[in-house]
Amino acid sequence: MTATTTAPLTAAPARTVKQPSARLRAWATRAPLLPALVFMIAVTQLPFVATLVISFFDWNALYPKARHFTGLDNYRQVLTDADLRHSVWTTVLLTVAVVLASLVLGLALALLLDRKFRGRGIVRTLLIAPFLVVPVAAALLWKHVLYNPEYGLLNGLLHYVGGPQPDWISNTPLLAVEASLVWQWTPFMMLILLAGLQSRDQQQIEAARVDGANDWQIFRHLTLPHLRRYLELGALLGSIYIVQNFDAVFTITSGGLGTANLPYTVYQSFYQAHENGLASAAGVLVVIGSIIIATFALRVVSSLFREEVSRA
Amino acid sequence: MNAVPHRNGPSAVLRRNGLGLVAWLAGIVFFLPIAWMALTSFHSEADAATNPPSFTASLTLNGYREFFGSGGGASPWPALINSTVASVVSTLCVLLLALPAAYALSIRPVKKWTDVLFFFLSTKMLPVVAGLLPIYLFAKNTGMLDNIWLLVILYTSMNLPIAVWMMQSFLAEVPVAVIEAARVDGARLPTILARVVAPIALPGIAATALICFIFSWNELLFARVLTGVVAETAPVFLTGFITSQGLFLAKVCAASLVISLPVLAAGFAAQDKLVQGLSLGAVK
Repeated sequence: MTATTTAPLTAAPARTVKQPSARLRAWATRAPLLPALVFMIAVTQLPFVATLVISFFDWNALYPKARHFTGLDNYRQVLTDADLRHSVWTTVLLTVAVVLASLVLGLALALLLDRKFRGRGIVRTLLIAPFLVVPVAAALLWKHVLYNPEYGLLNGLLHYVGGPQPDWISNTPLLAVEASLVWQWTPFMMLILLAGLQSRDQQQIEAARVDGANDWQIFRHLTLPHLRRYLELGALLGSIYIVQNFDAVFTITSGGLGTANLPYTVYQSFYQAHENGLASAAGVLVVIGSIIIATFALRVVSSLFREEVSRA
Repeated sequence: MNAVPHRNGPSAVLRRNGLGLVAWLAGIVFFLPIAWMALTSFHSEADAATNPPSFTASLTLNGYREFFGSGGGASPWPALINSTVASVVSTLCVLLLALPAAYALSIRPVKKWTDVLFFFLSTKMLPVVAGLLPIYLFAKNTGMLDNIWLLVILYTSMNLPIAVWMMQSFLAEVPVAVIEAARVDGARLPTILARVVAPIALPGIAATALICFIFSWNELLFARVLTGVVAETAPVFLTGFITSQGLFLAKVCAASLVISLPVLAAGFAAQDKLVQGLSLGAVK
């Protein structure tokens, strides 16, 4: 994906300009871009190429002398290993559940905050706060302060109404991780959707109202279609960030109880098991998954982008 | 905004206030864990770990004293300083690299500029784990492991795409006609940048810097893998509490709050631009 976008750039100077002065000017325009481009390629693309190469080797860091080329063996192993396959499934489940739940909650909150009411600014600030807690701190908060079966806030509140006192993390480990992530990501979805709501055409809504449309009809036929782009954008960006989630899984369950997602598994297989080849193959698979999501994300972003250019 | 002008009967007023109340309730529910964390951080360890929870227990600064090390245990100061260095220096590096790039992309557009923008964006979608192992091996072989400057480089690359995207949209808000007018009046590039571009783009640039700061401060995976004792950052320091049981609840809360404070401050300051930054400039 990245290679195809850079190719036209490097090919451009040769054919666009002929006179030396024009060529010079073209390079002067381009020069400010180069440091950033070169830096990005060196720091992000080179390591990925290295990961790709390593993924074809059987290489355990504890036995460096036994390193040898194995072709697609690592991939075969990653895809057939029950634990690794499970972590693929966990990643999908975690991402889909968190994105959907936070998107629906975020939409509800954005609709509430789009109305005028007393203290709207304060409520907005309260709602954004979860997103602004350091992710590890948020995960610790959920693990120790909320979920703890003996003195956690959740069971404390349940105690008042005489409810049960479950051990949240042991009983429903994946759900526990998901809930904490939904809490952190709902504000993000709300902010995106709120931006979408506030860019609606108010005249159109007024006109619909004059024609006798009720709130639900306006929501169904005007607001929702307008929000579609923003919902897509929220879903895709949320997916990109949550597919990569490491902090919550690492902190709340340490990947135990079947909650290890792919990033955690990659981390574990090279940091603890020293299986460099396997870890790289798993890493490449994460990249392939991300590219699939990202292709859609880029399409959404570029369509928003085009809309803006045509508006200008 | 959604108020209905021709329906001001009592039911409409009630409904509007009712939904306002629901919004307040939602805000409180979402904020409750943070409020509870703050309250717990001021309780003694004995009062913190009770069931049912105690709302009226006496307040103390012991949790904070414990956290800052006077009560034994490792001092968080080296980690806080490392995080500050990594976040501030990498943010400065990002600005240094992104500003010229954004200028080239918005004010004097380079041909194929959307391709360049999308290249930057695509690097953001490359998961961290994709390059982690080679970076680790490289650091190990060059003696850069446990070195804060390696994190500075990585955090710069992590935030550069977002910064280029955000800043090109902020710089694009500077009308070209104004720049042309200044040029006709004989102003040179430095003057144009300082007098015309900077005043319009500065608030956006500041927000971009705050967002880069937040991302660097929050980062865990790189820091966890690539640092150890010397270059440990604040989130890595926090991971020391992962297995801590109830004995240190107030201390855990104090630690989480203190370490989140810079992000909370930066986040509230950059509130409006936060979404734009996170959505890579796509939403305004």
